[in-house]
Amino acid sequence: MMTEVDILLVEDNASDAEMTIDALKKSGLANKLLHVKDGAAALDFIFAEGAYTGRNTAYKPKVILLDVKMPKLNGIEVLQRIRTDEHTKTIPVVMLTSSKEDPDIKTCYALGVNSYVVKPVEFDEFQKAITELGLYWMIVNQQTQYE
Amino acid sequence: MTPIHILLVEDNEGDILLTREAFKEAKILIKLSVVRDGEEAVNFLTKQGEYLLAEVPDLLLLDINLPKKNGHEVLQFIKGDEGLKHIPVIILSTSSSPKDVNMAYSHYVNCFITKPLDVNDFIGVIASIENFWISIVRLPANKENK
Repeated sequence: MMTEVDILLVEDNASDAEMTIDALKKSGLANKLLHVKDGAAALDFIFAEGAYTGRNTAYKPKVILLDVKMPKLNGIEVLQRIRTDEHTKTIPVVMLTSSKEDPDIKTCYALGVNSYVVKPVEFDEFQKAITELGLYWMIVNQQTQYE
Repeated sequence: MTPIHILLVEDNEGDILLTREAFKEAKILIKLSVVRDGEEAVNFLTKQGEYLLAEVPDLLLLDINLPKKNGHEVLQFIKGDEGLKHIPVIILSTSSSPKDVNMAYSHYVNCFITKPLDVNDFIGVIASIENFWISIVRLPANKENK
């Protein structure tokens, strides 16, 4: 089991996940990346439940990349769970969505998403967006300093 | 195209000038409004006093050490207000102390950037804010002025 995760990628679309991981790898940002495929698995990891029971929760992800539309539990529900728990509410969450959807961006911001990104359709643009996003959250942004 | 409206809350004239210059290089038209203390920031956002006609910004750049009301107080005000809490707030401060960083996140800051002391690094940071927040991120639409 991976214990120290810097980027938690929550994505049910296999090709989007592959492209995301690929772009982050190219920038050297994917060393501590964990990919889970739905919202329920994301919560299991975040709260050390289910398959992740016993995980050391003191090491928190530097950023959670969260797809909006997913089976079981969608991204907005996952975001709400993260933001309402004292132990997880300060973890940065970036919402990712495909351009075909039109969810309420304003609502996501009001619920405390750190930033909201529409995945570009075109391959090069997609790679570029993920690279910028990875660099921004892993390097430019100051992380919460956990005890 | 509607310009992106950024409210800069900053009392250091040098930093205001540098931020203005850096945004001039932006690929997208940016309207930069500037207020110089925390109380003015709240007045701007709530359209009080001289800010009666102020437009709600798309994004806030907020310093921490400010006269009258500090950045933490302004942040708390915004994120506790139903009509304002959707506005992304970027703390831009010389501080990198865990106390400031953690407090900002616990008040739902969108991100926390430490201001570099070197001028070129400062311009670089503004460029990366522009790159990420303007080119990649989808900002919430403030229906009122769109």
